[in-house]
Amino acid sequence: MKNNEKVLIKGNYAIAQAAINAGCQCYFGYPMTPQTEIGEYLSSKMPELGRGFVCAESELAAINMVIGAVSTGVKAMTTSSSCAVALMQEALSYACGDEVPVVLVNVMRAGPGLGYIYPAQGDYNQSVYGGGNGDYKIIVLAPSTVQECVNYTYRAFYLAQKYRNPVILLADGLLGQMMEPASFGENPYPEVDVSSWALTGAKGREGRAIYSCAPDEKKQIQHIYNLFRKFEVIAENETSYDEFEVEDADIILTAFGSMTRNIKAAMKVLREKGIKAGCFRPITLSPFPSKRINELAKQGKDFVVVEMNMGQMLKDVEYSVKGQSKVSLINRPCGEWLSVEEIVSSVEKMVEVSYAAGI
Amino acid sequence: MQQVFSIPNSMKKDFKYTFCPGCDHGIAVRLVAELIDEMGLKEKTICSTSIGCSVFLYDFLDVDCIEAPHGRACASATGVKRANPDKFVFTYQGDGDFASIGLAESMHTALRGEKVAAICINNTTYGMTGGQMGPTTIMGQITTTSPAGRNVDYNGYPIKIAEHIALCDGTAFSARVALDTVPHINEAKKALKKAFQVQLDGLGFGFVEILSSCPTNWHMSPEDAHKRVREEMMPVFPLGVFKDITAEVK
Amino acid sequence: MGKIVIDNNRCKSCYLCTMTCPKGLIKKSAKTNRLGDYMVEFDDKKEECIGCAMCAKRCPDMAIEVYR
Repeated sequence: MKNNEKVLIKGNYAIAQAAINAGCQCYFGYPMTPQTEIGEYLSSKMPELGRGFVCAESELAAINMVIGAVSTGVKAMTTSSSCAVALMQEALSYACGDEVPVVLVNVMRAGPGLGYIYPAQGDYNQSVYGGGNGDYKIIVLAPSTVQECVNYTYRAFYLAQKYRNPVILLADGLLGQMMEPASFGENPYPEVDVSSWALTGAKGREGRAIYSCAPDEKKQIQHIYNLFRKFEVIAENETSYDEFEVEDADIILTAFGSMTRNIKAAMKVLREKGIKAGCFRPITLSPFPSKRINELAKQGKDFVVVEMNMGQMLKDVEYSVKGQSKVSLINRPCGEWLSVEEIVSSVEKMVEVSYAAGI
Repeated sequence: MQQVFSIPNSMKKDFKYTFCPGCDHGIAVRLVAELIDEMGLKEKTICSTSIGCSVFLYDFLDVDCIEAPHGRACASATGVKRANPDKFVFTYQGDGDFASIGLAESMHTALRGEKVAAICINNTTYGMTGGQMGPTTIMGQITTTSPAGRNVDYNGYPIKIAEHIALCDGTAFSARVALDTVPHINEAKKALKKAFQVQLDGLGFGFVEILSSCPTNWHMSPEDAHKRVREEMMPVFPLGVFKDITAEVK
Repeated sequence: MGKIVIDNNRCKSCYLCTMTCPKGLIKKSAKTNRLGDYMVEFDDKKEECIGCAMCAKRCPDMAIEVYR
């Protein structure tokens, strides 16, 4: 296909093709609905390109294969879904401690436990806060369209190597399974110089080791401080978000991932009904755009968090607002996506209640 | 007079072994370093290290090393090798790492015929945590978690690793060696060399299980510990080559 | 004819070498190291050492250099 040609493509395939375009040299994965098509797509493409592909024996093995591959300076990724991403938490903590550029795509399904293949957004906490041990942070990108799946896959590979930190592309079953027009273009990011740390064999230099363990307490403490200094730089440089019509808004609908589509539509309907609504959508869930939310809250704008879980991003919005305005939640744990009508009527009720209470 | 025995070049300058007195790990690491020197592999070696007493390998060997989580050394080695087919890749693991928590990764790496070498130090116990029952603890052996001795009703049986790995079709070489005597140390080096060579020749997975003493956790002198390797371990874990696809069928 | 040099900074006093030397030329010393363990010493007054290197191969800590 030509680079700028728009093609109708499924989210999962779009992620797979974008990974190829981004220069992903190895893919390691294990089947799990609703992301299995990524592995299926790459199982034929990667060998054609002479690149690595392994059907791993488990997600545990898959992500550790990625750690091995990326430690040598090449780009590699694994993809999975919610309960299997839970299996990878140990390795994500290692990858952060080891400072290796792992790329993980999580196409969410419902939980807890096996849950089911209903769409859901219940992995916000798992991705942003993680289930691994110790102090670590992961860069989390949340696309809302198939085009963004392409764009953020490119970005994920770039950020992972630029900061030597794992990156999660957090999509959901809806996005993985839907078809939409998207164009691939060129990978817009430059190649990152990895020569100062990549394991390439001790040729003309001493042996290098990549590890997270320091039996010397001072070294371990310093290592964690260094990691957190790096996270500050990431927050400074890479925090990103979209906002729509927030300037005159009284109430700002906030969502991540594919729910962004619904709040944008709901905002238009609410405006037609005379309610001054705006939209705010974090692109990086980690680092979270707290500063901007805080600025908007200071102007007295209320926030309504709309998400397909029991209120996970809600906590980060509340933390960012710091009590300066009201924060409410419209949610459903999983299954049928909250419709525009449902969002509109919930917001209308909130406004009526506020009016009745004289707030 | 000429120096005929010295520290291999592939050891880090001023390395300081953290192993207990009399521990066979020190010999196993030395054999690996000698082979890396002799086979000219230093510049193309990437080692996947494991968790346990083997964890600080990267402080001893002057080669590139990636730390793998407990049990995942073979998975991580697979990643390194698939991304760099021209590199020499090996793992250095304990029996708990290779054959308990990491058995799935180890076995599947062998089944895939991954062109990597794996070295497994079998000392019938979890050494670093203080001598608990492991996958290779032999029947009747007293450990801190089998105070009455390993008992089949509670604990089942130990695993014969080299034989299991030999059953995998992707394995090119699988052997069990020991380090209790100098002749056995010489044999061990030959087996390691073969396991390395099958990778360089692109033949498949190379594996060596090394019977090793753990004087500290066995509460024995180093010499008595070697006696135990001979008298108690070898009857359960016989030495030998269990698979060698380069050998002529006799 | 041969000789060995023992590095007392590497030696951990496991005494495996004392039992390995075919001629019994390595002995427990009366001197102790910084941990208080008796060190080992090479005692070859009759120049019996042939530099077979068995002690060095046996040593887990690479504390023995061999010359021949």
